[in-house]
Amino acid sequence: MSFPWARQYEPKNGLTKFLDEKLPLPRLVYGAIGAGYPVPRNLSYMWNFGVLAGFCLVLQIVTGVVLAMHYAPNALVAFGTTEHIMRDVNWGWMMRYAHANGASFFFIVVYLHIFRGFFYSSYKAPREMIWLLGVVIFLLMMATAFMGYVLPWGQMSFWGAKVITGLFGAIPIVGEPIQVWLLGGFAPDNAALNRFFSLHFLLPFVIAGVVILHIWALHIPGSSNPTGVEIKTEADTVPFHPYYTAKDGFGLGIFLLLFCTMVFFLPNYLGHPDNYIEANPLSTPAHIVPEWYFWPFYAILRAFTVDFFFVPAKLMGVLAMFAAILVWFFLPWLDKSPVRSGHYRPLFRKFFWFGLIPTMAVLFYCGGAPAEEPFVMLSQLATAYYFLHFLVILPLVSSIEKPEPLPYSITEAVLGSDKKAVLGENTTPAV
Amino acid sequence: MIRLFGILAGLFFTVAVMWSFATGAFVAATEGLGEETAEHAFHKYPKDLHLASDGVFGTFDKAQLQRGYQVYKEVCAACHSMKFVAIRDLADLGYNEAQLKAEAASWQVPGIDPSTGEATMRPGLPTDYFPSPYPNTVAAAAANNNAIPPDLSLMAKARHDGSAYVYSLLTGYQAQPAELLKEFPASKTPTGLHYNPYFPNLNLAMAPPLTANGQVTYAPGNPDPTIDQMAQDVAAFLTWTAEPTLDKRKQTGWPVLGFLLFATILAFFAKKQIWSAVKPSRKD
Repeated sequence: MSFPWARQYEPKNGLTKFLDEKLPLPRLVYGAIGAGYPVPRNLSYMWNFGVLAGFCLVLQIVTGVVLAMHYAPNALVAFGTTEHIMRDVNWGWMMRYAHANGASFFFIVVYLHIFRGFFYSSYKAPREMIWLLGVVIFLLMMATAFMGYVLPWGQMSFWGAKVITGLFGAIPIVGEPIQVWLLGGFAPDNAALNRFFSLHFLLPFVIAGVVILHIWALHIPGSSNPTGVEIKTEADTVPFHPYYTAKDGFGLGIFLLLFCTMVFFLPNYLGHPDNYIEANPLSTPAHIVPEWYFWPFYAILRAFTVDFFFVPAKLMGVLAMFAAILVWFFLPWLDKSPVRSGHYRPLFRKFFWFGLIPTMAVLFYCGGAPAEEPFVMLSQLATAYYFLHFLVILPLVSSIEKPEPLPYSITEAVLGSDKKAVLGENTTPAV
Repeated sequence: MIRLFGILAGLFFTVAVMWSFATGAFVAATEGLGEETAEHAFHKYPKDLHLASDGVFGTFDKAQLQRGYQVYKEVCAACHSMKFVAIRDLADLGYNEAQLKAEAASWQVPGIDPSTGEATMRPGLPTDYFPSPYPNTVAAAAANNNAIPPDLSLMAKARHDGSAYVYSLLTGYQAQPAELLKEFPASKTPTGLHYNPYFPNLNLAMAPPLTANGQVTYAPGNPDPTIDQMAQDVAAFLTWTAEPTLDKRKQTGWPVLGFLLFATILAFFAKKQIWSAVKPSRKD
């Protein structure tokens, strides 16, 4: 589906005519990310992160495939082959640093993408399916990143794998058999490393598949925008190409500048020194911490320190950690406010900036800190607010809040009055 | 219906975590926030160390790396392996091919006797990796009071602020402070261990390796081999062993960033020009 004024693809020469008849791939691209996709004219730079996330996925697949050519998923040599890549493979150090930091930057842009969605309620009808698929992508990313971090077989790889697979042991009765089955043994070892490598190679392609569905679902209603007012006329839109390809190109430049600064000058800043020590099942690190992008959820896991009636503390933590993400699936039905954008929702906006954002910052900080006071108590308060925010505050706010007046249309929001706002009245946009 | 269920689920998690909070707060109020430990009170962060390779423009000081290698060879290598570094890698330190071959031959590496097939030792070749001083970890543990000397290849990356950590540890041995023993009488350094405030648990199995100025004789033209100088040199050397590609990485980074900056500026003006036709002014 598209808007009636969407430009139609016209093959111009023999080759494109031939292709359009036999396999209309150029037509698909033209309609998906070319001039054939009308996009709201008022998107801010917060709308850059979808394209950047797609770029990260490609970057991870390309660097990852090259790394896999030189890596051996065997517990005896995995750490050594990683060092072989760093020292002897031509540009191997760059590939590995780009891949390790690429994972971090993938999460940075995806977190910004998700929180953009929270603020502008991008999950609301008619975009529920885009949101649901997005949460699926996020879960797949977490699984992929976790298994990838195990592959160098350093101390944090090993102990991280032990802690995370140990979570399954918290499930009553069937937990421990499941844990042994997942690991292929009683502790992480060669069997676990092999299957993690296999799945780490597979899952990015599954993610790519879900990304295609995510973009497909996006093209049914079209992109959301900062006003949250739906597209009414052609004047509200510009073609994706060249307007947003140009804007995304600039965003990509900024992204690459930051990314390459990390890769070439601070490549180990986001990693943990212990992962440069070879895995040793007999020596437990002083503080086992996952990668930074898991810290908020790790803090929720560790916030449950005592049994809650008949539910053991560990099981409670595991349930809460998974629930913390699963709750995102229900957002489209929890937040019933008819207004999408946080710009026109005074109460919602306060809870977002002074509730959710500080809470995430506290959870993030406490997740990376040792399990000591005051971090445990801070993460308990933040965990309480986290669940209250999504499950109690959001539904209640949407029923008691009085939204501010919305602009009549996107064009009115941009130009003040709808009358002068006909696209191409005086100038023809370059295509 | 979903919202009612959601509110109940939200309250369930909130009550459960506040139950943990209340229990923790009650314990903290009645028993305090846990006892202070000697490790927490007396552990020190590494001293400042300035190396030629520091910073975004820094490059390795090859003369210093050669001195550090000499310290490793004559002191550290008695107990510590460096298994990810090959002798050929020393070419980065400025040795020529003949020097590399001579250097390699000065190491004895495990080999196989070509006439009998029995395990033997032979002089090293540049393609060999640095040999381990012990045949296996059991031997390493047996010779060192059950503490296996860690491999040094990656030491400078395997600790927070690793280069400074190596330097601080080597120069940080001291008698246990009297205040520590007064406050924590149970934390007296056990026999066979050595007090060092830069080590996480304060007591280290490694005896002070650098004990006297002039312990290693540097070639003429180098600084005096004081303990401090030798510790700095070996810290510099281990910074190189941890990442021999460090110089190349930074030297590659600058043209990459320069190109990206140029491309980003172009992209900015391209974007500006394309958008000038529709003049969006964001009000939100």
